[in-house]
Amino acid sequence: MKEVTSNHQSIIIELDKEEYAIPVEVVGAIERMQHITRVPKTANFVKGVINLRGVVTPIIDLRERFGMESMEQTESTRIIIIHMDKYDVGFIVDAAYDVLDIPEEAIEPAPQVIGTVDADYIGGVAKVDKRLIMLLELEKVLSQETYHAAIPGQEG
Amino acid sequence: MENNEYLEVFIEESKEHIQSLNDQLLVLENEPENMDTVGEIFRSAHTLKGMAATMGFQDLADLTHKMENVLDAVRNDQLKITTDIIDVIFQAVDQLEGMVLDIAEGGDGSSDVQELVNTLQAIESNQGVVSVNELTKETKPESSDQAHFYQFDQFELAIIDQSKENGFENLEVTVKLNENCLLKAARVYMVFEVLEQIGEVIKADPTVQDLEEENFDLQFHVLLVTKDSAEDVKQKILKVSEIEEVIVSTFEQDKNVQANNDENNKVEKESIESKESSQNKNADDSKKKTGKGVTSKTIRVNIDRLDGLMNLFEELVIDRGRLEQISANLKHADLQETVERMSRISGDLQNIILNMRMVPIEQVFNRFPRMVRQLSKDLGKKINLDIIGAETELDRTVIDEIGDPLVHLIRNALDHGIETPEKRQEAGKKEEGDLLLEAYHSGNHVFIEISDDGAGINREKVVNKAISNHVITEEEASQLTDKQVYQLIMSSGFSTADTISDVSGRGVGLDVVKNTIESLGGTITIESEEGKGSLFSIQLPLTLSIISVLLVEVEKEKYAIPLSSIIETAIISKSEILNAHNKKVIDFRGKVVPLIDLKNVFEVPTEKQDDEFYSIVIIRKGDRMAGLVVDTFIGQQEIVLKSLGDYLGDVFAISGATILGDGQVALIVDTNTLIN
Repeated sequence: MKEVTSNHQSIIIELDKEEYAIPVEVVGAIERMQHITRVPKTANFVKGVINLRGVVTPIIDLRERFGMESMEQTESTRIIIIHMDKYDVGFIVDAAYDVLDIPEEAIEPAPQVIGTVDADYIGGVAKVDKRLIMLLELEKVLSQETYHAAIPGQEG
Repeated sequence: MENNEYLEVFIEESKEHIQSLNDQLLVLENEPENMDTVGEIFRSAHTLKGMAATMGFQDLADLTHKMENVLDAVRNDQLKITTDIIDVIFQAVDQLEGMVLDIAEGGDGSSDVQELVNTLQAIESNQGVVSVNELTKETKPESSDQAHFYQFDQFELAIIDQSKENGFENLEVTVKLNENCLLKAARVYMVFEVLEQIGEVIKADPTVQDLEEENFDLQFHVLLVTKDSAEDVKQKILKVSEIEEVIVSTFEQDKNVQANNDENNKVEKESIESKESSQNKNADDSKKKTGKGVTSKTIRVNIDRLDGLMNLFEELVIDRGRLEQISANLKHADLQETVERMSRISGDLQNIILNMRMVPIEQVFNRFPRMVRQLSKDLGKKINLDIIGAETELDRTVIDEIGDPLVHLIRNALDHGIETPEKRQEAGKKEEGDLLLEAYHSGNHVFIEISDDGAGINREKVVNKAISNHVITEEEASQLTDKQVYQLIMSSGFSTADTISDVSGRGVGLDVVKNTIESLGGTITIESEEGKGSLFSIQLPLTLSIISVLLVEVEKEKYAIPLSSIIETAIISKSEILNAHNKKVIDFRGKVVPLIDLKNVFEVPTEKQDDEFYSIVIIRKGDRMAGLVVDTFIGQQEIVLKSLGDYLGDVFAISGATILGDGQVALIVDTNTLIN
């Protein structure tokens, strides 16, 4: 996320009618919805785990992670598989469509509050043509503090 | 370093020789007159010297050479073994070990050996004459009586050579079968059965394979290493029917011995040779253990390759599960038959692969006698170390991890457990403290126990310490059972020593031990009686990746319960459930067993109403039991253990996941956390 290239090639996903960008380098695959095995006593935004070609991969509902209202899955619901240094996870998103080159100069720092999403996860906002695209700060999205804080019934 | 390709072999073998030096020196200390042991030590040192010289590690070679000289003086009765000499040799071995480790870590193995060399030289010259010409020293009586056997490889020579020194007879046995013998191979088999009971067959003419395939006339020869007399052997073989005649004669072999000896010096020059020499070593090893020769040959395999094989096999196990399910659904006879066959074969394959990865725990245990000797000297204590079950086998990955925790526990026992001789006498015990290290299999687990007859654990001390370290509150302390109190000493930042000693005051406590063992999927418990001693018991899984489980269903979710923790399953009617203190319990074979409803534990979304009958899995942890209430039993299955990934970390009562035949993920229940 820290690279200083002039273009940010990103996968654009949709959540609650807004667009977000995930750097293309960390995206391993985009999968259709499939059976998810629920894992008890985990954070409420963790939907469970799936078998991703032999690797057990945790699935996070990004809507719930961002405190949005959860939604019935539709034809366009996708799981974006992310490979980070530390974790392999999948994100449930409303839709994933194109790959977009976001020019460095189009990116502005994140304003304090955007819509319903806490600006903490937003690394910046890009204006491309007439679209407003929010750049996700994945380390923050996956922070262990947030994860542990969201486990029901866990003290401390 | 030009010899890079041999470096790995060199390091491995050097380590083995150093271990053997350590072992034999300990034996020698107890039996200073035992010339066999001196011989063993001499040989190890000699081989090590040859190897080091070939590889160009001059300091290593120098030091071993001087050691060898001292040993030779002992062999030739010019020098008496004393504890002082053994101490010096131990120091030398320590330094050798340091040098080998240095080489293993990429260093050049150089070290200041002058002082030790001088000391060794002094010991040696005190006794005057010593022949320096070691290389040709070891000669054997010669004879030229050879009949059927004159082609030997180095491996066989080593055994023949060795067996003689250990007081075995090398017998040449000629067996002639009855002319109308119908099943020759079967007879041969029976003869071999007999031979195997009385000794070891080193070589057969025709070869064993030919014998099995009946590629021989009526007569065959074997070279047998045994302690029985020729006549006994003959009589025993004649007990097998359809045997015409048995001729047993003493086998003498010669010249080759010399060749064998020289071979040590040019070891490493050819990779084949070095492999053989490692076999020599293996032969030596098991000979020590069993007092017999060795029948099987070994090959050294890189553990990475075995891991690769294991990973591939795990994939296969998953696909096997999938195939089994598909064939069960389709009910196609041919498919079912094929899948069944495949399951059986892959099951056998699984056993072979798992066994290949099994290593005797001896590898870990054998460094302890030396350690205990040194520690008891340092601490001024008298310790008698007993090791039982060193042959118990464990998965290689576990072996690699378990060493350090055991070292820690043994140090702990010596440092805090066993008292000084004076204190022991005051307490009316014998001066010498007993330390017992025991390993054994039980079910799918390996148990390792370390017990001592020392001071035991002082409950009060532990509790006070725990309170002052804010591990527990005073209120909690009064309610703890003894066992729970003992567990406290394994919580982080805890040390019961009043003064921090050099031995165990290293800033790491037993919590590290506990963590390591738990990371291996094992548990550790402590029992203790003040004044009588303590027992640390470690329970470890046999293998880490493939386990047998019972698959169960709770509503629509599937869970896997490890078979190793299941006692049995039962179906009981609602009326059999009793209430005790608001907890549901059942009477299971006269024992009151609490029920745990998996539905509640895992907060499974429920739809169904309570059934009239409950399906119950009785699980245990140590001597405690519990009944898990599930909806249905699906069946027993072999599964591959997979981690849930770092993101989820530790999940309550779940020890991992697996992929089922239908491609879905099922969670593995950690029964240990459910019983508490």
